[in-house]
Amino acid sequence: MPSTFALGDVLFSLFTFVILLLLLRRFAWGPIVEQMRKRENHISNEIETAENHRQEAEKYLEEQRVEMEKAREEAQSIIETSRKTAQEQSKEIIRESHEEANRMKDNALADITREREQAVEALRAQVGQLSVLIATKIIEKELDEEEQEKLIQEYVQESGGRL
Amino acid sequence: MNIQHESPYIYDLFGIPGFHINLSNVMMLTIAAVIVFIIGVVSARTLSMRPTGMQNVFEMIIEFVRNMIGSTMDWKTGERFFGLGITIFLFILVANMLGIPFMLINHETHVLWWKSPTADPVVTMTLAVMVIVLSHFYGIKIRGVKEYGKNYFRPKKFLFPINILEEFTNTLTLGARLFGNLYAKEILLTLLATVGTTFPIGTALGIIPMVAWQGYSIFIGFIQAFIFLVLTMVYISHKVETEH
Repeated sequence: MPSTFALGDVLFSLFTFVILLLLLRRFAWGPIVEQMRKRENHISNEIETAENHRQEAEKYLEEQRVEMEKAREEAQSIIETSRKTAQEQSKEIIRESHEEANRMKDNALADITREREQAVEALRAQVGQLSVLIATKIIEKELDEEEQEKLIQEYVQESGGRL
Repeated sequence: MNIQHESPYIYDLFGIPGFHINLSNVMMLTIAAVIVFIIGVVSARTLSMRPTGMQNVFEMIIEFVRNMIGSTMDWKTGERFFGLGITIFLFILVANMLGIPFMLINHETHVLWWKSPTADPVVTMTLAVMVIVLSHFYGIKIRGVKEYGKNYFRPKKFLFPINILEEFTNTLTLGARLFGNLYAKEILLTLLATVGTTFPIGTALGIIPMVAWQGYSIFIGFIQAFIFLVLTMVYISHKVETEH
């Protein structure tokens, strides 16, 4: 134990301590604490940003899901519509072809009827000519009037019955 | 075997009577302060968002001191004592460690040059008184003279003498504890070193306790710096905190 009380030591200790405190504040813990604060802010900012991004992503996901749902419904309705249209079209086509067929049949029937009438007409004309021919031949044979009449009726009936 | 060393005093510095100074203390305090300063500057030299090496170490110390202050008082009040706390802790820690590896003694005059400055009662008492004075100063500054004065009559009025006495015992124990531990460390180290160097067989005998005691001295150095920091903050918080 030193027996001398050294006032110089007291002053020098205080002086050293105060100088060290100021120097450390200026050069050591001051900048480091500042850095730590910056890092804290940075981290909290990053966390906030990440949180925001996550929320945004969730929002987008939800939107996408809704969009998907909508698209699916749309596709469904398009398919439905096209199916309906196709059915209607096929019905239409069938109906039209029925009509066409009927029309063709009618035409054919009409043609046949007309042809037959024409044929009957032609036959009638021929029958007339034949009658004239027959009459001529009978006249050439110089038959009497009663027999002539009888013959004509016979021929006429014969030809008429055949028709 | 003479372990009674002299100190390199200069008496009546600048011709002022009674103004003595211990040059050993001056040197060792300066070295301790310079080392602390270098550690601080090296730690703060390359600051980055992702701390590496010394920055990490220093940030750990900062966090440690912060927690220390935070455990004794509200951080809003305690923030201003952060610089004081970290300086006290690092300064005393380094000062404690300085005396461990070796001692420089002038053998002609038995003058002791290299030692822990905290093994000197004047230095430790100076620090202790400084802390107590600061605690009073901030007690008045933060809470006002009235509240500060009332503090002496808490929790009961008749405890006033004990509260007054406590201020002195706090100062004395704060300084004396540090001094006592470090002085004992120095004494025993000197003793072991003397044993180890005086006669050949002593080297063999002395080396094992020497290593052990050096290890223990590191422990003491840490503990005492820690205790000084904690008590500083406790004493200050007693003065500045309204409720405790």
